[in-house]
Amino acid sequence: MDAKRESEAAPMKNRTTVERTSERELVVTRTINGPARIVFEAWTKPELFKQWWVPKSMGMFLRSCEMDVRVGGRYRLVFGEDPSNTNEFFGRYVEVTPHSRLVWTNEEGGDGGPVSTVTFEEKGGKTLLVMHELYPSKEALDAAGTGAAEMMRESFEQLDELLVALGASVGRP
Amino acid sequence: MHPILNLMVQYSRVRLDASFAALSDATRRGVLEQLGRSDASITDLAEKFHMTLTGMKKHVGVLEQSGLVTTEKLGRVRTCKLGPRRLEEETAWLERYRQLWDARFDELDKVVEELKRKEKVDGRKKRE
Repeated sequence: MDAKRESEAAPMKNRTTVERTSERELVVTRTINGPARIVFEAWTKPELFKQWWVPKSMGMFLRSCEMDVRVGGRYRLVFGEDPSNTNEFFGRYVEVTPHSRLVWTNEEGGDGGPVSTVTFEEKGGKTLLVMHELYPSKEALDAAGTGAAEMMRESFEQLDELLVALGASVGRP
Repeated sequence: MHPILNLMVQYSRVRLDASFAALSDATRRGVLEQLGRSDASITDLAEKFHMTLTGMKKHVGVLEQSGLVTTEKLGRVRTCKLGPRRLEEETAWLERYRQLWDARFDELDKVVEELKRKEKVDGRKKRE
């Protein structure tokens, strides 16, 4: 009994997985220690959603968050501390099934943005989240990946320059 | 711009700032050099750098947040290793993307814990 109470007090961290399951699709999974009803609430109420969608550890600044969670309803998230340099995410909800399924579009890139689907599967008081990002084509997902890799290369290069300046030889056996 | 890119642009920028901050400390640079040679537990690192476990945990936390180091808990031991820096690996960006979602879901865990706690308190009040 004591052991049980202890595990409730400090739940084990669950693993997040990301997998490219097909040419056009990425799937993210994670189990959350709570019923689907509550997890769904945290995903659909703006005041709760913005508490986790923008983790503090990422240091991002969310300027505004509008969500009209119903079929055909729109959402818009605006990021960036500097008002002249903001990033926006927007689209609309295609499917809203309480406590089990949400589908939305990502339209900030114009046509050809992926469609995101998240399902909430409750089992024993926990909820398995499965998030699909379906791209219109293999090329679209490849391009997103290449762009992301490119961006990482740029930041690593800047980092390498800094390391050289510091005279460190990190990760260079 | 696609959501992956959009998110990663901001994330890379933030991570880079965090990396610069992480590297401003001599102990943390030492830890990175050490991990460049081999993976190590926090206890090992604390011993090597003559520090308390709490002190080393803090340093590793800063390095982890910057993405320079990743840690994994197996049983009671938390093992630290260098973060994914090898650009040859095609999947490095996927790992970065995973880290982003992982950070998000860690926060979602907290929100859900808080809602569960509130529900319990409210339930108790109703019964009283």
